Amino acid sequence: MEVEDNLENIEYCPYKGGNLEISEGSQIETLKNNSTATIPDPDKWMDEEIKRNILLTTLDWAIDWARRSSLWTAVAFPACCAMEFMSAMVSRFDLARFGMELMRSSPRQADLMITAGTLTWKMAPQIKRIYDQMSEPKWVIGMGACACSGGTFANSYSVVPGYNHIIPVDVYVPGCPPRPEGLIYGIQMLQKKIAKEHVNIKIPGLKE
Amino acid sequence: MTAVLSGREIAERITGKHPKSIISIENQSVLIGSENLLKVADCLKNDPELDFSLLVDITAVDYFDYFELVYRMTSLKSNTSLVLKVRCNNRENPEVPSVTGIWKGADFMEREIYDLMGIRFTGHPNMKRIFLWEGFKGYPLRKDYL
Repeated sequence: MEVEDNLENIEYCPYKGGNLEISEGSQIETLKNNSTATIPDPDKWMDEEIKRNILLTTLDWAIDWARRSSLWTAVAFPACCAMEFMSAMVSRFDLARFGMELMRSSPRQADLMITAGTLTWKMAPQIKRIYDQMSEPKWVIGMGACACSGGTFANSYSVVPGYNHIIPVDVYVPGCPPRPEGLIYGIQMLQKKIAKEHVNIKIPGLKE
Repeated sequence: MTAVLSGREIAERITGKHPKSIISIENQSVLIGSENLLKVADCLKNDPELDFSLLVDITAVDYFDYFELVYRMTSLKSNTSLVLKVRCNNRENPEVPSVTGIWKGADFMEREIYDLMGIRFTGHPNMKRIFLWEGFKGYPLRKDYL
């Protein structure tokens, strides 16, 4: 760019020596171009027949119970639904009843991502990175209209139309913003979903 | 409460130093030519009687035929504020002189206008996008975007 070349001649310049914006811009452009299609529901491959005939062993039940009873949330709240999430956290609605009183600042210790808020394309790489850093098993609750479809800003030039362009979403909670009761209902739905999951335990040395 | 100067009062303060720089006087503002912008801004900031040391805001308006830049500034000494306007008629390659040399706070405001309206500020030290990412096509706050 011509601006880049002119930088050397100007005395006041706090930005010398950086192609940061250009590399960031190309990163966002690649992510945006790769994210045209939505990522399907992770359970979509199962037809009704399989869902009905799955056997839940006792071990499955115990592990699922442990997982669903201590959903720790990663801190990734880009916008205003976070306010409603805060009110769901504190004493009046009290998410601690569901084993969720811990907010993990590190995504590596978190199971659940509650995507509270509008996501812009500039923020999208960071959210995807946080999701990739979370350890398996991990779940995502799409909170609010923006998380479901982009909401009011769906046709905007800068907003991701739904988090499922970036990461797979397990439960969608509509509303702008959803009331804390709605969020809690969504969490309960996720817990019911986790309760039905089949756990694969890999024993070293055994072939599956 | 900061007193807002009327167009006539602003013109009285400017014409003493820079006659002929004012194109027209509006109710609450004056319109000046972009070639005189730096001279007038320098006078408004550095003249000890005027002392408009705080640049509150710069915005741009798209009127299809021309872009209009609106400079709002406040004098903390006399507790008054005024509005300057500058027009830019070239839609293909709009350019206005940058006031970063006079108010350093204009840096991010001018980058924002460049980002969303596509008006280039000549003499700005770092004329890059600020909100949108590098590689974004078009200027989204223009009326003919999309």
